[in-house]
This record gives sequence, C-alpha cells and structure tokens, in this order.
Amino acid sequence: MNKDLRKVLAFPYILWMIGFTIIPLSLIFIYGLTDRSGSFTLSNVLSIFAKDHFKALLLSIILSIVSTAICLVMAFPLALTLKSKKLNKGSLIVFIFILPMWMNFLLRTLAWLSLLEKNGIINTILNFLHLPSLNIINTPAAIILGMVYNYLPFMVLPIYNVLEKIDDNTINAARDLGANTMQTLTRVIIPLSIPGIVSGITMVFVPALTTFVISNILGGSKVLLIGNVIEQEFTKGSNWNLGSGLSLVMMIFILISMAFIAKYDKDGEGMSV
Amino acid sequence: MKKKFVSIMTLMSMLSVAVLSGCGKSNAGAKAGSAGELYVYNWGEYIDESVVEEFEKETGIKVVYDMFETNEEMYPVLEAGGVVYDVVCPSDYMIEKMIQNDMLAEIDFNNVPNIKNIDTKYMDMAKSFDPENKYAVPYTWGTVGILYNTSMVDDEITSWSDLWNPKYQGNILMQDSVRDAFMVGEKLLGYSMNTTDKAELEKVKEKLIEQKPLVQAYVIDQVRDKMIGGEAAIGVIYSGEMLYVQNEVANSGEDFELKYVIPKEGTNLWIDAWVIPKNAKNKENAEKWIDFLNRPEIAKKNFEYITYPTPNKAAFELLDKELQENTALFPTDDMLKNSEVFKYLGDEGDSLYNDLWKEVKGK
Repeated sequence: MNKDLRKVLAFPYILWMIGFTIIPLSLIFIYGLTDRSGSFTLSNVLSIFAKDHFKALLLSIILSIVSTAICLVMAFPLALTLKSKKLNKGSLIVFIFILPMWMNFLLRTLAWLSLLEKNGIINTILNFLHLPSLNIINTPAAIILGMVYNYLPFMVLPIYNVLEKIDDNTINAARDLGANTMQTLTRVIIPLSIPGIVSGITMVFVPALTTFVISNILGGSKVLLIGNVIEQEFTKGSNWNLGSGLSLVMMIFILISMAFIAKYDKDGEGMSV
Repeated sequence: MKKKFVSIMTLMSMLSVAVLSGCGKSNAGAKAGSAGELYVYNWGEYIDESVVEEFEKETGIKVVYDMFETNEEMYPVLEAGGVVYDVVCPSDYMIEKMIQNDMLAEIDFNNVPNIKNIDTKYMDMAKSFDPENKYAVPYTWGTVGILYNTSMVDDEITSWSDLWNPKYQGNILMQDSVRDAFMVGEKLLGYSMNTTDKAELEKVKEKLIEQKPLVQAYVIDQVRDKMIGGEAAIGVIYSGEMLYVQNEVANSGEDFELKYVIPKEGTNLWIDAWVIPKNAKNKENAEKWIDFLNRPEIAKKNFEYITYPTPNKAAFELLDKELQENTALFPTDDMLKNSEVFKYLGDEGDSLYNDLWKEVKGK
C-alpha cells in the first residue's frame, strides 16, 4: 500500500484516538496532578498511601487475585475439554459460553443479587428442600462470585485460543517419546499455552481490580474497594482531582499487565479471539 | 432529593421522553420548537412525562430533558458548561453552593405568577439556602425517616437509636450517601447535621462504625425493592418513596405493612427547587416552565406520579382528604421541630465528611 493512502485510511482512527483516548487521558493527568485551585501537586497520587485508600487497594488486590485464581482453575480444564472435543469456534458449546456476554453486564450482576438475596431464588429453593440457607450476599464472597461469573469468559477464550493452535502432532510426538498424560500436560501443553494464560490473567485481573459496580451491588456497599473510592470522589465527593490522582495509580497496574503480556505473549496469540 | 442508583430506568425514561417529545413535535397545536428551546436538567424519574408533553404542546417550546443521579454529579456538569441548561432542580445545600459561586440568575417573578400557589411556609423554609427568595422555586420537599416492616418489628419505632438495636442485626438498611448517613448519627447524638466540628464528627464516625455489623447493606434506591421484598426489617428512606412502596406491598398481597416514622430526634428536612443558571440561553422559557409546573392541576398530576410531597398549596387542596391527612407525607410543624435543612459546608467541610465516610466504609 502506498504511504499516502495509508495515511488517509488511518485518519479516522487517529481522530478517534485523539478524541477518546489521548484527550481524556491528558485530562486525567491534568486533574490528577493539580489541586482544586489548579496548582501542581502530587498529593492526589500520593494519597493512595492514606490509610483508607491503601486498605481499599489491598482488599481489591486480594479479591482480584482470588477471583483470577478461581477463573484460571475453572477455565483451563474447560478450554482443554473444548479443544479435545475438536470443537471449532462456531460450535454450540462455545456459542453458549459466549451467549451471556451479549447481555448487559449490569443486568447480569443485578440478576445475581436477586438470586443470592435472603429471600432470593436460591434461598427459596433451599428452604423448600429444608436445607440451610446461603448467606453470602453483602460479603466479599459474593463479590468474588460476581467477579468470577462476569470475567470467566475472558479467561477461557484466550486459553482456548492458544490451545487450539497447538498442533496435535506435537502432542502425539510427546506421547511417542514416552511421556504420559501428566507429563504431556505439564511439559508440553501448559508451557505452550503460557501466552493465553497470561492474557487471560490480565484480562481478568485488571477489570476485577478496578470494579465498583460488583462491590456496590453484591457487596451492599459494605466492602470498600479502590474502585468505589474513585467512584465516590467523582459522583459524591465532587473531588475530581483526588479521583483522577487515584486513577493514575491504577494505571500503573494496567501498565504492569501490559508489560507482562508483551513479555509472554509476543505474537498476541492469546489476545486474538 | 431523589437518588438514582441504577440508571436503567433513567435510560428507559430518557428514551421515552425522547419519543414523547418527538410525538409532541408532530401533533402539537403550536409547532414545537417554534417558540425556541428549553434545556431541563432534573433528577431521574422526577416528573410525569405527560407534563413535559403538555408543556411542549401548549407553548411550542421544544424541551430537551436530561437527568442526573446526585447533586454532586450535577454540579461539575453545570460548572464545566459543556451543555448550557436553562432550568435545573438541585437540592437545598447545592443551591446554596451555586448561589455562593455566583452561578444562578435571579428569577423574574413577574413571569411566574403561579408562585402564589406555593405555600409561604415553604418559601420561608427555602430562605435557609436562598435568604431573599430570589433564586429558587420549591418543587418538592420532604423528610428522611425510618421505614419498617410490621411483621418483622414488634417494637414501636420512634428513634434513630432503633437502627442500633442488635435485635435487627442484618436487617437494617442505611443510606449510602455521606450527608444522609452522617445526619442519622448526628441527630442521634444531638448534634446539628451541619456541624463541621471535628471532634463531634469523629464521635459520629465511631457511632456509624459501631452500627456497621448490624447493617445489611448501604443502599440508595434499592431500599425500595428490598423493603417491598421483605429483605430487611428497617430502613432509612425519603418520605417521597413511601407511598410507592406502601402501594407495591398492598398490591403484592403480602401480609405485612410498611410504616414510615419521622424519628423524634429530628431529621433532614429537604427541599428540591427549580433554579435558573446564570448562563441560561432561554431564561424566559425557563420561567414559563416553572410557572407551568406550579399550576394547581399540573402540580397535582405530577405529585400523583412522583409521590414526593408538593409545596404547592393549591395542588394540595385538590388532593384526597386521606392524602392531605397523611402526616407521614405532610407532617405537622410539631413533628418537624427538631429537623433542619442541609447547609453547604464548603469544600473543606465536604472533604472532611468524605474522608470520615471512607473510614466507616473501609472498616
């Protein structure tokens, strides 16, 4: 393609990038690094070390790690099964798996609220069967459940994608050379699927770390995560400077994840769904 | 002071307003838009949509209707000025902040003859944030109180201290907004709900932390669904929501009732009022809008839809006797003697409250 044409074709995208990425990001930087009167300060960013903010950040990290680990443990065997069944992307199972993602994220989370509530659907059924009721609503456990439910597809798809690309001959060769099932898994399949696993981990960890909707709805606003702190500064505190400063801190985590992806998933295998 | 948490309903009503105003355009007697435009910024679910339609039909003014969820969310939007609104409906303390920051235009009351319909009592109440009654026309008012489920609560609820009763552990719903949550603690401890005294606020914070293990959830609009569904025994709610939840329960055929009480220690007496921003481009249309909403029959229709108490005396007189005598909705002066209206506390005061609230939430 000649250079001029390429420039013309890139124009809409560049315009989009400037309008919806670069300008908003710059605004966050400007707000985050100034105080209400507009003079430069680092206090918004450093306030992440304030007791309540740091505690919220730690709690967010813990909940995100737990959810990511659960997602990984659930997703890997599922992806293996999908591969071994020789299902292609158009298959029904993959379709059913992606189907809920077509529904609004907020609605799906609200649905969990009515499932888990004290007089909710799950407890009504349990009571009917004379079983003890389930009391996890408004606790960190409900938040983890919400995170796992919402973000599981983001773990399954990249892993499935990478597994699918492993040539069966590679696995057969391992077998021929005397590897048993376990050895094939740990020494051939898992190492080859690292790019997918890393993409999956970051694609679950980052949104889980910054969520505020799940903790508001399923945590009854009793559990303060860093996302809630930022949301509160914007919608209730009218302190955009502090909110932006804390958002800048969260960006560091996103940059770290991007660095991880760049290191382990050089060809972007896991990212292409 | 209507708070919207999940914006689905807002979105839906926004769409329907768009559709309605679209219809208004085609079959209006006076062609909508022929008399200019009016940019309205109001709380979600805070108007009977047919009122907007009627206004458009009658005046030929095209209404562009946007909604917000909290005062704090509305303020930066107005301040940034990306969209210039002609008429906005904030709450008391936010109006005070806007007056202090010179953001409001004086209303020309010659264009708002229906101001006479508003009970002077509420104009006096509005003086707490608009001392000369120059900027604001009250739209709704009310209290914050305790709603309880008669089948789950056998004591007589009279005081905020009932929200600290261990008997109701896991069955208490608190408001998830800084000022309202603190108001509960402040009134209980006998402080002013506008205090910025650090020592007093620390004590309130301790009190709220002490309450946290008893609280099922901190909610805004969800308090309605949770109380209707019998999820909780006792919750803090705006008086304007009371009729709605009571009707829902009555219609659901459940065998409990929800009762609303204004605690004896006093409460937040709030007013939401229409104001005109200084930079409004259609000030006269905004005045026409305010005047239209204060017609007795329009105000009555609107009240019946949103169920937030109306300060419009002429509309009040049109209501059924049963509603007029509902003291939970229209309390007597005696019931309000310990109550206050929120004042704007300044950025410093706001930050202090916010930080303490984060400590409560983070425990």
